[in-house]
Amino acid sequence: MNALSAKTRDRLLYMISPLLFLALWQLLLMAGLGDRRFIPAPSDIAVRFWQLVLSGELAMHTGVTLLRVFGGFFIGAIPGVACGLLMAMFRPVRFMIDPLIAALFPIPKIALMPLLLLAFGFGDASKIALVAIAVFFPVCVNTYVGAANIEKIYWDVARNYGASQTVMFTRIVFFGALPTVFAGIRIAVAVSFIVLVAAEFVATKSGLGYLIWNSWELLQVDIMFCGIVTIGILGLITSALLQELERKIIPWKAE
Amino acid sequence: MNAGRRGAAVKIAGLRKEYVSGQGRVLALDTIDLTIAGGEFLCIVGPSGCGKSTLLRILAGLDHQSAGSFTVETGGWSVANAMVFQESGLFPWMSVETNVGFGLMTRGVPGPEAKQRVEAALKLVGLTKFRHHYPHQLSGGMRQRSAIARAFVTDPAMLLMDEPFAALDAQNRVILQAELVRIWNETRKTVIYVTHSIEEALLMGDRCVIMTAQPGRIKQIINVPFPHPRDLIKLSAAPEFGALKLDIWHVLEEEVTRARAELEL
Repeated sequence: MNALSAKTRDRLLYMISPLLFLALWQLLLMAGLGDRRFIPAPSDIAVRFWQLVLSGELAMHTGVTLLRVFGGFFIGAIPGVACGLLMAMFRPVRFMIDPLIAALFPIPKIALMPLLLLAFGFGDASKIALVAIAVFFPVCVNTYVGAANIEKIYWDVARNYGASQTVMFTRIVFFGALPTVFAGIRIAVAVSFIVLVAAEFVATKSGLGYLIWNSWELLQVDIMFCGIVTIGILGLITSALLQELERKIIPWKAE
Repeated sequence: MNAGRRGAAVKIAGLRKEYVSGQGRVLALDTIDLTIAGGEFLCIVGPSGCGKSTLLRILAGLDHQSAGSFTVETGGWSVANAMVFQESGLFPWMSVETNVGFGLMTRGVPGPEAKQRVEAALKLVGLTKFRHHYPHQLSGGMRQRSAIARAFVTDPAMLLMDEPFAALDAQNRVILQAELVRIWNETRKTVIYVTHSIEEALLMGDRCVIMTAQPGRIKQIINVPFPHPRDLIKLSAAPEFGALKLDIWHVLEEEVTRARAELEL
């Protein structure tokens, strides 16, 4: 079997399990096992999904959620990377920041939501801040681990070839940590969706989290499923985009 | 390169290096005294653990001695030394070209000049076609050649080489050895070449320092009687080469046996 057809076969296998799952779900409900008002069939959800797309409602909620996720992501990730690199390079920084991270990392970030509402109000700012905080920790810790575990030989080479502190930082430590930074970013993106949707349950009138929670309260279960499916789709798309980005930015990790 | 110029002259006096490890102190280098002439090709041979790499790292400024001192007379060369490591140590995130130019970039050599020198160094090691490749796309031999180019491009007064060809297959090793000796002949840099292979040391060196293990001491210094330029392949097959190799092997064998006996106590 040649390489292309093997690839195609992998793709088919990749699609077949969710499709089987949906088919089973549909069949069971059509056979009358379950109340379609509470557990809608995939076909019901698809119809409703299409209606929501046409009315523009879904796009609006999705847009709001994406803005909050990516706004918060950048605000949290950039200092996260910087902080992780500084911790790896300078012992005093590490000893100052380590206890803070150890204490703050395990706190469920959603527990900070009331505090953030107090600080930033009910608008987008409080959600963006929440995402930023949730993103900061995994990115910072992963960057630190990546930078601290750069093989010793690279430090030796850099020092022997006259690298200044700046060159060390920008050409060696940063790039050496990059593969691990990316692993942190993947986690961070997933975490940001998780905390944001939870935050949107309570403290807002827009976003996919709001759509899900609101339709639950109105017992519009099919709309609720549309919200969940949309988040799943967004997850798939961002994951694929990240993979593509990683391939572009880290070409040496190709094989 | 400048004709008539000679590489760094090195004087090592009473150099000691102690490590504190879990079981106590380990004496890695014990009172090393050694004078290396400018432009000399000096090989250091010894069993694993004899401190030969440590000595090199101290000379490279990557490690500090516990006692004693050394002076390096760079004789007007702007870069004192460049080290070639056992594993190439090429940065995986840089292309071959950027890797080779690394020591020029850190020293602020202006772009056009750096480009020209990188070009020349790549040509020297025969990697011009692979300048845009990343290290993982190269064979082991090519990576090691890139590492040598990276060292040469800085035009150092002294090359410190830590078993640079140990990981290569026999054919590539012979080719690179010949190449290194040829380049050394042209540039007359000082080369300090650490190896555990007696054959390699005798093939390339002017002098050959034999070290003993635990603690690392100089056991014997041998003047290699073969004139340069050498044909390494022919030399390696010559009877007087084999005789000398055997002599040194006996010296080392004694040491290895002693060190092993001590380890087993």
